[in-house]
Amino acid sequence: MIEVIDAERCTSCDICVNVCPTNVFDKTDGIPVIARQSDCQTCFLCELYCPEDALYVAPHADTPCPTDVVALRETAALGSYRRAVGWTDQTRDLRGIDRSYLLFGH
Amino acid sequence: MTTNDRRAEQRPVPGGSVEFDADVLVIGGGPAGTWAAVSAAERGARVVLADKGFCGTSGATAAAGTGVWYVDPDPALREAAMANREKLGGHLQDRRWMARVLDQTYQDGNRLAAWGYPYPVDDSGKSQRNSLQGPEYMRLMRKRTKQASVTILDHSTALELLVDDDGAVAGASGVRRQKHDRWTVRAKAVVIATGGCAFLSKTLGSNVLTGDGYLMAAEVGAEFSSMEFSNAYAISPAFGSVTKTLFYGWATFSYEDGSVVPGAASKGGRSAIARALLQGPVYARLDKADGNVQRDMRASQPNFFLPFDRTGIDPFSERFPVTLRLEGTVRGTGGLRIVDDSCATSVPGLYAAGDAATRELICGGFTGGGSHNAAWAMSSGTWAGRGAADYARQLGPARQRRLASAGTVAFRSRSNRPLEPAVLARAVQDEVYPYELNYFRHASRLDGALARLDAAWVDVSAADAASKDDLLRARESAAMLATSRWMYRSARARNESRGMHRRDDYPDQDDRQRHYVTSGGLDEVWTAVRPHADASYAEAAE
Ligand SMILES: Cc1cc2nc3c(=O)[nH]c(=O)nc-3n(C[C@H](O)[C@H](O)[C@H](O)COP(=O)(O)OP(=O)(O)OC[C@H]3O[C@@H](n4cnc5c(N)ncnc54)[C@H](O)[C@@H]3O)c2cc1C
Ligand code: SF4
Ligand code: SF4
Repeated sequence: MIEVIDAERCTSCDICVNVCPTNVFDKTDGIPVIARQSDCQTCFLCELYCPEDALYVAPHADTPCPTDVVALRETAALGSYRRAVGWTDQTRDLRGIDRSYLLFGH
Repeated sequence: MTTNDRRAEQRPVPGGSVEFDADVLVIGGGPAGTWAAVSAAERGARVVLADKGFCGTSGATAAAGTGVWYVDPDPALREAAMANREKLGGHLQDRRWMARVLDQTYQDGNRLAAWGYPYPVDDSGKSQRNSLQGPEYMRLMRKRTKQASVTILDHSTALELLVDDDGAVAGASGVRRQKHDRWTVRAKAVVIATGGCAFLSKTLGSNVLTGDGYLMAAEVGAEFSSMEFSNAYAISPAFGSVTKTLFYGWATFSYEDGSVVPGAASKGGRSAIARALLQGPVYARLDKADGNVQRDMRASQPNFFLPFDRTGIDPFSERFPVTLRLEGTVRGTGGLRIVDDSCATSVPGLYAAGDAATRELICGGFTGGGSHNAAWAMSSGTWAGRGAADYARQLGPARQRRLASAGTVAFRSRSNRPLEPAVLARAVQDEVYPYELNYFRHASRLDGALARLDAAWVDVSAADAASKDDLLRARESAAMLATSRWMYRSARARNESRGMHRRDDYPDQDDRQRHYVTSGGLDEVWTAVRPHADASYAEAAE
């Protein structure tokens, strides 16, 4: 489930509020809040759309998993999914490297 | 084809709601809905698309990504593609529909290339088009939908259909959950593309899929087909949501003590995993993947690895606990019955596409790992959009129709006893999640579940209208309840095992039951038998 909005990175663009399919976030005067964490379906899509890599979705679907943002910044986790699908300037070549055709029919 | 510059008209109405006049309303903005919206607009229709979430991220495809039944138009390849799944599907497929879906999917897949989808190129220089990355595909579909002048309403859950005096469907209304107001679209035709029902099981991307379209369609009298094929379960790490199963083809499954679960496999041995899970935890390790395969896996499905990378598990060398999450009709094959080539339902003005519609025509009673659902979503979406646009045109200029709301449960003021959505959702889950009820079915257990579910329906229909804040959840849980009853009634009507439908009391396939089970109804749920196309042809030839 969604665990972190990194206040240092977030620019309050509200994109996450718009794109979350289960309406987990609410707008505020400043940075959005995680208003309905238990509605999160752990789809990781907000991470892909956040231009600042300010969001972190823990992979645990059924239980919250409090995550320390300071420790998180030390890892490469923030923005890792966005980089992996090629949605950053530095990684755009990765958009076209799907090798599924080699794996189907196994 | 010309791009349509005609937009749906927004009507001025007092605060607290928005209203549009359109030719076609598409409910749901996954692949089926977006293909429907684009094809209706290309036919000259003014189109509104309403999605519960955000068109582009919402639904099973956006989060998961899909293999696609895209097969080059070489007769031998096409023949093999059709033949190789007939047995799995219990011979309920229809060859004519399989051929048309292969043709349409090929065209749609090529259009995606023309629109800029970054298909990979193999070592021989060939563009490979049988897989789509979910976020990439659906971001592109949103863009094309907008470019086709479709009005997109995000976070706009449809709650009920509108009908005219003759009972033809004439629009829908719902809530804009971020604006806390209502929307209404008056339309000459409606496409239901709300996906399947996964019962809030947190299977990847599917918590928006609660069977809402089924409930709305049933309230105007629509029929369902193949609802017994609704017990798809998918493998995920026990703690996680990523129910992507392809890579478990390289897994070894073991018990707590490390010994191998006999017969367990992702394909053709998933029931052995379910039986083992009834006894205790089951673990997997993808130890059959060599270095090259591991590299291709990472390149192909980055989201598969998120649960592992974020918990420090190396899935190739370490064992991790797995579970099976119910996907219901999302990777089942049941849904609204399609009555003609334009994907019309049994109700005038109402069309269905994608997982909301039955996929029996191309999958029979089994799907998963075959890419048929994705092919069906784009093909049926394309046809339903065209069909709805043509129907709207033939209806002529907007007549002044008197429209009535068709919603029942959670809308009617009754006994002042409130409908408690969370309690109801939990009660339905308790009947549909357990492997011993739904994976492995048996008449006596189905009857027990049905008695409880029917009682819940009586209760819910007598409950008071939901409050404004509860309405969305109330309708979702009522839709789950209705879906579970068509599922189990249909399962009860098929006294054999076929496709994904397994009956402990009838473990074999019975040649005399090579037919479809149709169903419908809310207060009284009914089922009936409809012959398979081959049987009807045989009869006609006699
Ligand atoms: C993990 C996973 C992996 C899969 N892999 C494959 C694969 O490899 N190959 C394959 O062929 N298929 C696969 N499938 C199935 C495939 O994803 C679906 O068949 C496909 O997404 C169906 O498209 P759809 O447009 O009908 O539904 P969806 O993509 O689910 O979209 C439905 C849309 O309707 C909206 N909606 C729901 N209710 C309402 C309402 N009341 N009002 C307004 N909008 C509403 C939702 O928000 C959603 O956007 C997979 C499914 C899952 C879950
Ligand atoms: S998308 Fe990212 S930057 Fe924008 S508001 Fe959300 S967290 Fe902040
Ligand atoms: S993971 Fe998905 S459901 Fe959860 S907050 Fe992000 S976008 Fe929303």
